[in-house]
Amino acid sequence: MSSQTQELETLATSDYKFGWVTDIEQESAPPGLNEDIIRFISEKKNEPDWLLEWRLKAYRHWLTMTDPLKRKKSEQWAMVTYPDIDYQSIVYYSAPKQAGDGPASLDEVDPELLATYEKLGIPLEEQKMLAGVAVDAVFDSVSVATTFKETLAEAGVIFCSFSEAVQDHPDLVRQYLGSVVPHTDNYFAALNSAVFSDGSFCYIPKGVRCPMELSTYFRINAANTGQFERTLVIAEEGAYVSYLEGCTAPMRDENQLHAAVVELVALDNAQIKYSTVQNWYPGDIDGKGGIYNFVTKRGACRGANSKISWTQVETGSAITWKYPSCILQGDNSVGEFYSVAVTSLKQQADTGTKMIHIGKNTRSTIISKGISALLGQNTYRGAVQVLKGAHNARNFTQCDSMLIGDQCGAHTFPYIDVRNPSAHVEHEATTSKIGEDQIFYCNQRGISTEDAVSMIVNGFCKEVLAELPMEFAVEAQKLLGISLEGSVG
Amino acid sequence: MLEIRNLHAGVEGAEILHGINLTVNAGEIHAIMGPNGSGKSTLAQVLAGHEAYSVTEGEVIYEGQDLIDMDPDERAAQGVFLAFQYPVEIPGVNSAYFLRTALNALRTARDEEEVDAIDFLTLIRDKLKLVEMDEKFLKRSVNEGFSGGEKKRHEILQMAVLEPRLSILDETDSGLDIDALRVVANGVNTLHSADKAAIVVTHYQRLLNNIVPDFVHVMLDGRIVQSGDKTLALELEEKGYDWIKEEHATHSV
Ligand SMILES: Nc1ncnc2c1ncn2[C@@H]1O[C@H](COP(=O)(O)OP(=O)(O)OP(=O)(O)O)[C@@H](O)[C@H]1O
Ligand SMILES: [Mg+2]
Repeated sequence: MSSQTQELETLATSDYKFGWVTDIEQESAPPGLNEDIIRFISEKKNEPDWLLEWRLKAYRHWLTMTDPLKRKKSEQWAMVTYPDIDYQSIVYYSAPKQAGDGPASLDEVDPELLATYEKLGIPLEEQKMLAGVAVDAVFDSVSVATTFKETLAEAGVIFCSFSEAVQDHPDLVRQYLGSVVPHTDNYFAALNSAVFSDGSFCYIPKGVRCPMELSTYFRINAANTGQFERTLVIAEEGAYVSYLEGCTAPMRDENQLHAAVVELVALDNAQIKYSTVQNWYPGDIDGKGGIYNFVTKRGACRGANSKISWTQVETGSAITWKYPSCILQGDNSVGEFYSVAVTSLKQQADTGTKMIHIGKNTRSTIISKGISALLGQNTYRGAVQVLKGAHNARNFTQCDSMLIGDQCGAHTFPYIDVRNPSAHVEHEATTSKIGEDQIFYCNQRGISTEDAVSMIVNGFCKEVLAELPMEFAVEAQKLLGISLEGSVG
Repeated sequence: MLEIRNLHAGVEGAEILHGINLTVNAGEIHAIMGPNGSGKSTLAQVLAGHEAYSVTEGEVIYEGQDLIDMDPDERAAQGVFLAFQYPVEIPGVNSAYFLRTALNALRTARDEEEVDAIDFLTLIRDKLKLVEMDEKFLKRSVNEGFSGGEKKRHEILQMAVLEPRLSILDETDSGLDIDALRVVANGVNTLHSADKAAIVVTHYQRLLNNIVPDFVHVMLDGRIVQSGDKTLALELEEKGYDWIKEEHATHSV
């Protein structure tokens, strides 16, 4: 048995293809968290006073909050367990060292960094770039490059790093920052608000359909560093944007904290499609190493007829804790959540969504597919709230779980709170198992076990994968196959 | 083509096959009959490589190679096909995608070029005609919600697409209506040729009117106790298994 487990382990961990470290000179803050560190980050970024004050306020509030882990078991929300995080041992700012103000163009970006992204399959050099996709590359705490800026600017679209937005579009940032996820929202959102380093900013003006896919590629490189990015997407009246983020990190024995905040705002008739392919390092089968992915994502459908769609494919991280949500405030607004979460090895995921129906005729759809293998624990947790004024609100929820092997687990916790009698809320849930007989049937037709698992899993996730932009759907399919390699003996 | 010598196999702790001997040459069709629980499906599964069964003694040589050493998908690549007595459902994976994946896996293993979606459609339409199945099945999840008879036809459809050299049909006739029986038999006959062989497991002589076997074997308690030509099947139909059981009992005393 133990030799078999070992074999699985080598199989499973050797398949994390992004586990290397880039050797680059870094400039970092000393570990630990206090007001001075926050001042240091703010100063590094040459931020206006109001933003420093905003950070400090968040920090002071964070100090008054209790680590969710230290709460009584009965008050803990997520079904995840992990050792105490020592917030004083984390480095809150780390950036590749660069001369002067930072690169004005790609020519000035450290070739070592360009090579890193190339190796990740995200070439940043213009001639090699993915056609029709603009990329913002965030390396540890800072954005190192944003592509296609000029093309986008012609359409009036602002797509840049968060730090740049603070400098160049302070009024927009000030208007929207924290307007969807206030710093008081939860422990990790408060922490992020205090120490966030970079992220992406995206603004689509009135009536503009963004001419290309926007994407941010996050890479954690430095050891003992937390990544706290902040993303803000604003779609003005009648605007449309499709945005995708991807994430990887080196294999390290220590856990690393990733606590991001993403805020989306859609005004009248605007649409935001936000997709995530999360492949942070998952740790090994003994639970050693891996990223703690504690993320707050929320979108506000502020305008009438607005629409926000979240699509996520979560294959990485030791622990994932996130509930991309929609506040359906505008009448006739639509919220969607499509999710695939894979937990293999010793991974834990507690993920789902909240759909808050406030406006009339608001509609939401939730499709969640959880896949557990080896020792993985997968929890769907979702809330559908229909407030008093939400006449004719509609929700449809479907949660399907798939188990591979018999040492993993799947759990489903739907919370439904309806305060308007005209609402229709539907919930369906299934649990299935990839059986040896299914694998054998495929084998007998010539299909290898790995391809069979990947085929069955992809079939299971079909509805969600279909929501991803074309360019990434194929990637995501492969990723699902890779993250489950070795899970069937 | 296939040489089974003194094959003993079973599940953990219990032997089910107690020394099977069987030779199948190219061009031949062999029928295996026998009472419920005599080990017919076990033999089929062992030949296909199901890991629940272990071989404890004897050997199986297929085209000069040791079959027991091969993984199930390798056996498939070498041309061994099993039409399952109970075909498995695979939700979310449509039949067309499944079949193309299987065909391309076999082709890749044989260093042949993969078939693209368009060529595959031409190919599959042809095969659908053979088993008189509607194209709409291609869009449905493999075996999910198929009726018993549809599942069996779908097995023959797969056989038609994958063109195996050794086909093992485990009770493909069970649960078929009269028309479907004719369709399945016709399919098997059309696919048969001088360089191929088939082992047909059945309980009913009527299938053997349509698929005419060169040899008929009777299996009893994990052994082949009697072999003959197609007239043996007629005899069984008439007299049942008791006379063989008795004869076999006296022999083994
Ligand atoms: N996986 C298994 N575990 C335990 N016993 C098994 C297993 N597979 C087969 N057997 C037993 O082996 C014997 C032979 O079964 P098998 O399915 O091969 O019979 P069969 O000749 O195909 O019967 P039928 O005509 O009913 O299909 C039966 O007693 C059966 O219960
Ligand atoms: Mg049987």
